[in-house]
Amino acid sequence: MRNIRLIARLDVKGPNLIKGVHLEGLRVIGSPTEHAQRYYQQGADELIYMDCVASLYGRNNLHDIVEQAARDVFIPLTVGGGIRSVDDANRLLRCGADKVAVNTAAVSNPQLITEIARCFGSQCMVLSVEAKQLGPGHWEAYTDNGREKTGIDVVDWVKRGVALGAGEILLTSVDRDGTRRGFDIDLIEAVTSVVSVPVIASGGMGKPADAVAAVQSGGADAIAMADILHYQRASVADVREATQDAGIDVRQFDHA
Amino acid sequence: MRDVAIIDYGVGNLLSVERAFEHCGANAVISSDPDYIRKASHVVLPGVGAIANAMASLSKDGLDQVVKEVAASGTPLLGICLGMQILLDESDEFGVTRTLGLIPGRVVPVPNVSPDGAAVKIPNIGWYGLRMGEADVPWTGTLLEGIEPGEAVYFVHSFMASTADHRHHLADCLYGGNSVTAVVMRDNVVGCQFHPEKSGDVGLRILRGFLGR
Repeated sequence: MRNIRLIARLDVKGPNLIKGVHLEGLRVIGSPTEHAQRYYQQGADELIYMDCVASLYGRNNLHDIVEQAARDVFIPLTVGGGIRSVDDANRLLRCGADKVAVNTAAVSNPQLITEIARCFGSQCMVLSVEAKQLGPGHWEAYTDNGREKTGIDVVDWVKRGVALGAGEILLTSVDRDGTRRGFDIDLIEAVTSVVSVPVIASGGMGKPADAVAAVQSGGADAIAMADILHYQRASVADVREATQDAGIDVRQFDHA
Repeated sequence: MRDVAIIDYGVGNLLSVERAFEHCGANAVISSDPDYIRKASHVVLPGVGAIANAMASLSKDGLDQVVKEVAASGTPLLGICLGMQILLDESDEFGVTRTLGLIPGRVVPVPNVSPDGAAVKIPNIGWYGLRMGEADVPWTGTLLEGIEPGEAVYFVHSFMASTADHRHHLADCLYGGNSVTAVVMRDNVVGCQFHPEKSGDVGLRILRGFLGR
């Protein structure tokens, strides 16, 4: 039916690739450029760059890093963090980004979703949602890299976001991020069952089999991987093999 | 040295197209200068977003006429994604938009239902293997020479080309059980629905194929 995408997610603070737990307690991993090249060579289907402190400082600092990647990484690049306007989005697209992921500014100004979709197409407008569970079947959307509550229900918000023009959802479980406990399958299922656009599951991948569960039980269209790749607990190829073995359609990639 | 002119008529990620061609050994320049575009050995028409806006931007500075001149002159012309859709006669995206008419046919929605009635997600975002087109036009001597059927490239779109003549339909892919047009070609004019500049090594080989290696 559809091919599932295997995406490497690179959280960046200043010049460094970092990784946290619950989006906090950020630890430096290394150079984002070197890791991007490695994941490209391994056969990642896309890269996501997130500027973790952008909303805090009110601007995205990834332009140089994205421009560097666009030199020799020929797969789609999604860039998020601190995007507040159509101009901010355009500046990142001009540096080599293919899509922008917007969270904080979309919550405070939902019209921004429509404006970006109208200017660049909805395929370019990824709604980034940071979800924390409140109770069974209930999640609250957070902003500012998991720091600020919004009081908004995640399921209501994604429906509204898609109606406003979002072409894709990047769904991060703050509860699971960096824990290696597996994806929040209920969260993924709650979102994929109400939106018609692709959903990227993010947060908690501990082993390749977790990706299989996110797709088969949660209905995810794409898998974002960070910790598992950064600490080399698995390669993109391992995850591709595990998903293929489980009967999931993925891109044919010749691991030379 | 191949001199590739990448037509700049507004927004979008042109840098990646430029970098990919440079990676293939070409001298690539992003330009909206009609004289530069006319003199290039190869011309690329990129594009993202809504087709009506794209046509308006292209026409505003007369670049639509320049593209038609380039096509008529025999210079290899490559449309990418929305730039490919613009090569056809008309598009059904948000009402009818007249486009360049360099390849007979129209732009229609990607089917949102599979042949067995299941819902198919739109936009289509992902990597899909290339297949021979309906008329089995061989890939030898085209930009797909050396590409094996099944090799995957990156698509992101909601609309697709439907050529009037099957012989202009060079390749497709299977999405949601339906045939989705991937490459259209008529003489020196060729278009890719997918993004060769974002399709890894396979995409770079297709760009080299366009350059004539």
